[in-house]
Amino acid sequence: MPEKRTYPNRLGLNGWVFGGRWGVERYLFILHRLTGLGLITYLLMHIVVTASRALGAEWWDRSIGAVTGPIFTFGEFLVVAGFAFHAANGLRLVLIEMGWLTGKAEEPIYPYKTSLNVQRPFMIVMMALAAVLIVMGGVDIFAAH
Amino acid sequence: MRMPHTKLWSWHIIASVVLLVLLGLHIAIMHLNDILNLAGFNPYGANPIDWENVAFRTKQLSFTIIYILVLAAGLFHGLYGTQTILFELNPSPRVRNWITGLFLIMGIGLLVLGTWAAIAGRTTALALTR
Repeated sequence: MPEKRTYPNRLGLNGWVFGGRWGVERYLFILHRLTGLGLITYLLMHIVVTASRALGAEWWDRSIGAVTGPIFTFGEFLVVAGFAFHAANGLRLVLIEMGWLTGKAEEPIYPYKTSLNVQRPFMIVMMALAAVLIVMGGVDIFAAH
Repeated sequence: MRMPHTKLWSWHIIASVVLLVLLGLHIAIMHLNDILNLAGFNPYGANPIDWENVAFRTKQLSFTIIYILVLAAGLFHGLYGTQTILFELNPSPRVRNWITGLFLIMGIGLLVLGTWAAIAGRTTALALTR
């Protein structure tokens, strides 16, 4: 078996959280990871808690009662906010991955047009959409409690 | 079976599109129901987690299918994404194998639990509301 070539990750955790002088997309990347990790942590717990519905009303009320209160309400808001951002930014990433938001290759004539600039208007629209969804989620969740 | 990472990455993206639609629907029904006026999914009052509303949705076959699809896509997308993040820290092959094994066991275990809950929950809800 050929030896696997590895490259040392010299920045370690700092490389994950510090975008330096890179553009706003680099910080969206960090936030995408953080929200993703938060959402998967929530999903793992959510599956266990909501499995109680298979056992009937009494078990359901008991398990939901265990995760009710102001802290959990705030947590619910964080889940909605995290999903709104992760989904909006994720859609942008998928479209970039497919090559639909990067623009066509062209000769580099000054002033240069980069693929980052091509996708930026869509990024602004997606972030605005995420912000609207986060506000809507906040109004719905906190007004209901 | 060895699956190349390009294939797994493609599945990661396909799962994200499934989640965008179906998890978006779930989030709207559960957390934006008042503001979007989705009373049709919660006919027994405004609180979507009241048992009557839960039973109403759970007994519908379409929701059982949606729950299982969201579960599978969510677990794969989330666990594969987490694995990718952890692998960027350049762990040894032994640690990589441990992480992969742990995530596989967690993923399959929770998929079985969630699928059971969706199917058995439907049977329970149908029996109680008949």
